[in-house]
Amino acid sequence: MTLLSVENLGARHGLLQAVREMSFEVSEGETLALVGANGAGKTTLLRAIAGAHRPSEGRVVFDGQDITAMPAYNRVRRGIALVPEGRKLFGHMTVEENLRVAGAAHREGRWTVDEVFDTFPLLQPLRGRKAALLSGGEQQATAIGRALMTNPKLLLLDEVSLGLAPNVVQTVYDSVARLIEGGTTIVLVEQDLARALAVASRVICMLEGRLVLEGAASSVTREQVTEAYFGLRGAAA
Amino acid sequence: MINAIIQGILLGGVYALLACGLSLMFGVMRIINLAHGSLALLGAYMTLLVVEHTSLGSYAALVIVLPGALVVGYVLQRSMLERSRRAGELVPLLTTFGLLIVIGNLLEHFFSPDTQSLPAGGIGTSSLHISSSISIGWFDVLTLAVAVAVIGGLQLMLSRTQFGREIRATSYDADTVELMGVNARAVYARATAIAVATAALAGVFYAMRSAFDPTSGGSELIYAFEAVVIGGLGSLWGTLAGGIVLGVAQTVGAQIDVRYFALAGHVVFLAVLIVRAIALANGIRLWGAASA
Repeated sequence: MTLLSVENLGARHGLLQAVREMSFEVSEGETLALVGANGAGKTTLLRAIAGAHRPSEGRVVFDGQDITAMPAYNRVRRGIALVPEGRKLFGHMTVEENLRVAGAAHREGRWTVDEVFDTFPLLQPLRGRKAALLSGGEQQATAIGRALMTNPKLLLLDEVSLGLAPNVVQTVYDSVARLIEGGTTIVLVEQDLARALAVASRVICMLEGRLVLEGAASSVTREQVTEAYFGLRGAAA
Repeated sequence: MINAIIQGILLGGVYALLACGLSLMFGVMRIINLAHGSLALLGAYMTLLVVEHTSLGSYAALVIVLPGALVVGYVLQRSMLERSRRAGELVPLLTTFGLLIVIGNLLEHFFSPDTQSLPAGGIGTSSLHISSSISIGWFDVLTLAVAVAVIGGLQLMLSRTQFGREIRATSYDADTVELMGVNARAVYARATAIAVATAALAGVFYAMRSAFDPTSGGSELIYAFEAVVIGGLGSLWGTLAGGIVLGVAQTVGAQIDVRYFALAGHVVFLAVLIVRAIALANGIRLWGAASA
């Protein structure tokens, strides 16, 4: 069943057209990886889906409802959660307070503060520590946990490995893999092709705001994605 | 001198009460509300209206006035301040300055420029005589107790409740908090409603303490602003300390010469500003924090 439908979506940053005529669907339980070079429009697309960036054209349909004009907080209450690039934690608040803020979504589900600490055991001893004092990996775990606290139907992950040490990235992706196993629908933006292809069931490659490659992660080769990534091919797989 | 210090501490209660709403609004929205004193004065006039037209006393009238102030604050934020805030840092200053003038003129039109006062009841004139030179007015003790209770309550609300967490998160990053399901504009409106209600409460206590007229909002704003700056912008307990420092400075100044009452407070305020500027230039962190 289709959970998210993006139809001819466009988004601008002033005069710059960051996203052009993007159309794709995400089914329930699916993991979609959005890959592309810096400036390809991946983050803008993710933010437009989450309601943090107003699209210039097209529409976003979630769970059967057109949410294009819906403010971000209402989208969260309907079941879309974004882990933003750079984590964006509330640095002056503790880990536990960061998690509890997301209780504002008032969505029923399995995710509670204790459930997040069970999923990310490294956070348990840090629950009273200010978020600004955490390491990069701890911050990323908190950011993912905070998004999960909204009990989302769709989780949007924006560059969760950015700026993290390789062993920390592995820890973060282990937790993402557990979420996928648990049936969470995920759209993730990732620069690391190998990681994206390893966890995703489907992949979309963007170039200069456009979709240039789309296919099942098992059917597209790394070479195909790399060529699309650098603009060496333009056809869908 | 001891009596002057005690009276100053008690006087600080009314300044802290006046200042905590100003501090809350700055802490959450980074808005310096120049109409804060006028909103306090509006609370006093509304109480006067209730007292004159009903059988209620000044304290009982708060049951009507405070909910009214909450509504005024909420509507004010949604209709004017929210638009101003989005238009840039300077615009809320201009908007609230305009509001200060409008409220002052409306009060003058409807209540005349005459001086008014609010009855403080029996507690207003009773006091505890400790020695021949020291006596403590029960009304002043009540004012300080109300200030401590309000500031303590606000602090508890900010640190222990979901709404408090939402306020603190919104003050830190209003865009990100919306991605957590929080309606930042509604948070701002509720925070302003609380700030205006505390202003109205302070205005009532101020009006029971001294005579007031439609131009009194300006001096109320100055004292509140000085208390906030002395205690540290956005810090509620700092605001209480700031109010007390200001009150003590004024009463000690008056002890030296009665004409130095207001001047002594302004001098302390200026001294704190200079110390803060020097500390800022040298990268030294002082008391008070710029977040609620």
